Amino acid sequence: MIVEIISWIAVGAILLASATILTSRDWRMSLGALALQYLAAFWLIIRHLPFVMGSAKLIAGWMVVAVLGMTRLGLSNADEESEPFSMLRGRWFQFALIGIAAFVAAGSTARIEAVIPGLGLQVIAGSLLLIGIGVAHLGVSSNLLHTILGLLTMLTGFEIIYSAIESSILVVGLLAIINLGLGLVGSYLLLAGSTPPEIEEEQ
Amino acid sequence: MSAPLIWILLPFLAGALILFFLPEKYSSIAGGTLAALLSLAALIFPIDTALLIGSLSIKISASVAFFGRSFVLTAADGALLSMIYGVAAFWLICAYALDFEKRFAALSLMIVALLTASIAVEPFLYASLLLEMAAMLAVPLLVPVYQKAGRGVVRFLVYQTLAMPFILFSGWALAGVEANPGDFGATLQSGAMLGLGFAFLFGVFPFYNWIPLLLEEVSPYVVGFLLWSLTAFTTIFALGFLDRYAWISASPQISSAIVFSGTVMVVSGGVFASMQKHIGRMMGYAAILETGLIVLAMGLRSPRVVDVIFLLLIPRGLELVVWAFALSIIKRQAYSLRLSEVRGLARKYPLAVSALIAAHLSVTGFPLLAGFPSRLALWQELAGYSLTVSFWVFLGVFGLLVAATRALAVFVMADENASWGINESWAQIIMLSLGVAGLFAIGIFPQILQPLLADLPALFLHLGR
Repeated sequence: MIVEIISWIAVGAILLASATILTSRDWRMSLGALALQYLAAFWLIIRHLPFVMGSAKLIAGWMVVAVLGMTRLGLSNADEESEPFSMLRGRWFQFALIGIAAFVAAGSTARIEAVIPGLGLQVIAGSLLLIGIGVAHLGVSSNLLHTILGLLTMLTGFEIIYSAIESSILVVGLLAIINLGLGLVGSYLLLAGSTPPEIEEEQ
Repeated sequence: MSAPLIWILLPFLAGALILFFLPEKYSSIAGGTLAALLSLAALIFPIDTALLIGSLSIKISASVAFFGRSFVLTAADGALLSMIYGVAAFWLICAYALDFEKRFAALSLMIVALLTASIAVEPFLYASLLLEMAAMLAVPLLVPVYQKAGRGVVRFLVYQTLAMPFILFSGWALAGVEANPGDFGATLQSGAMLGLGFAFLFGVFPFYNWIPLLLEEVSPYVVGFLLWSLTAFTTIFALGFLDRYAWISASPQISSAIVFSGTVMVVSGGVFASMQKHIGRMMGYAAILETGLIVLAMGLRSPRVVDVIFLLLIPRGLELVVWAFALSIIKRQAYSLRLSEVRGLARKYPLAVSALIAAHLSVTGFPLLAGFPSRLALWQELAGYSLTVSFWVFLGVFGLLVAATRALAVFVMADENASWGINESWAQIIMLSLGVAGLFAIGIFPQILQPLLADLPALFLHLGR
């Protein structure tokens, strides 16, 4: 019973974290929410995978947060890409998107559990929320950091539900590498263009 | 020694060594030599068969276990490996002629190694994870550290990443459909997921907008390499699906959907190419058209599907390398590659322009060029399938021909007094000549591909049988 309650709390944390990532314009807040999101996802993942494999995902996730955070810390505030104002970046529109994702997740969870029994309502709900909000994020933002955060959010949602149907060590390892890789690629893209080209000097 | 160690681990490690330890000027030639040696080795040494050299017996084992799963390259993969590393060697040696940074040699070798791993991994579904890793490795190749990332790179990364979950899920769902073939709902869901996954990977309409964007933003040579490598391995992965789940290709509805997607790609690629004012974007749309032809061939339910697809894939490697190489030479003179800037360049770079036009015409399926035999085989299959589809495909190919004519007209539109001169370097002249000779050789004597094509159907258990 206590496990069920904690799992629902994890789903709540997922909703809060992913909503913060989507709506926040402060990168510190977004990365903090991403760290919380990985923690909540870890709890849902270990409902189907062994603790050690879940830990690998959590550590990989937190490493991604660290990499992105350190990169962003090194960039000046002027580099904070100011997206042109549009309706897509409007606060109310984003809340509407979160609402749609939440309603879709709420509506589909029981149906998916009926089709694929044994996954767990919390696992399905958490996964669908992350996939929905992650995809919404990709749709509304052209900011590099936000695009990477959207991809990581969507991927975390996928990992939660996929861990319930596939427990191969190789898959867990490759998915952890892909998470880390996305973090590193994001970090590289954020840094790209901030340094002038090297000019070879004749000595 | 096992085959995956030779054709996956060795080039991957070599790429890493080149990146960190080798001087800039030797990197491409070292990478090219290694790829050529791997190609020859795949041709000479049969996998999983004892080879007696004097008193020495050598046997390359087929598989290696890794974290409870295995990577397997069988004797049937020999021809494929030879083809892949042969074309990769050509890309790398051409990069040497362009004085490319060592990043290209290192990362391209690592990408080819990862993509080779994608055809070796068992269960084959995990290939989508390796394709995603290869796509991520391509990002530093596309964006130099001193250049800001454009929209094309971000879209490329997003689409390739979105493909992976769809394919992994669909693989799981397809296993359920196999167990209960009468469940129409499950079939529809798994088919839709699989279709979306491959639509992202192949860049099916409308998910191909990153290709022309990338060709405007970054080096056409790097984009050309990705268009060759990613599409070739995605095709093999898709054929693996069609082979493993025979009901997909047997289903008339799914086949029609595949043919429709391919036709839309061909028509839109050809028509958009004819309207471009940028020769880089023209190459992008031509590559989209050619991918459309591959997708189209997959849906034809022909017993010759494997032959036709590999007949399309092999010249595609050569066409793209020649086209991208010529484009990179021209880009040094006309940075933006807009038609207004390349006007009259045929007199300054006659060989590069000739090679570019030859590659362009080859993609349209012009007689005597490498694309012709494959187009002929495809037209033959199409004529038996549907004349309506044939008409639309003809329209697309005609659009590409219009684009070639426009490009040629602009290239030769020089002032009367402009003098002729060869401004390409010796290395560039040699590689351009070899590439164009290859295009003509495959076009005039397609039977030279026969040793490769003969073994390739053995890669699949059911497809084309």
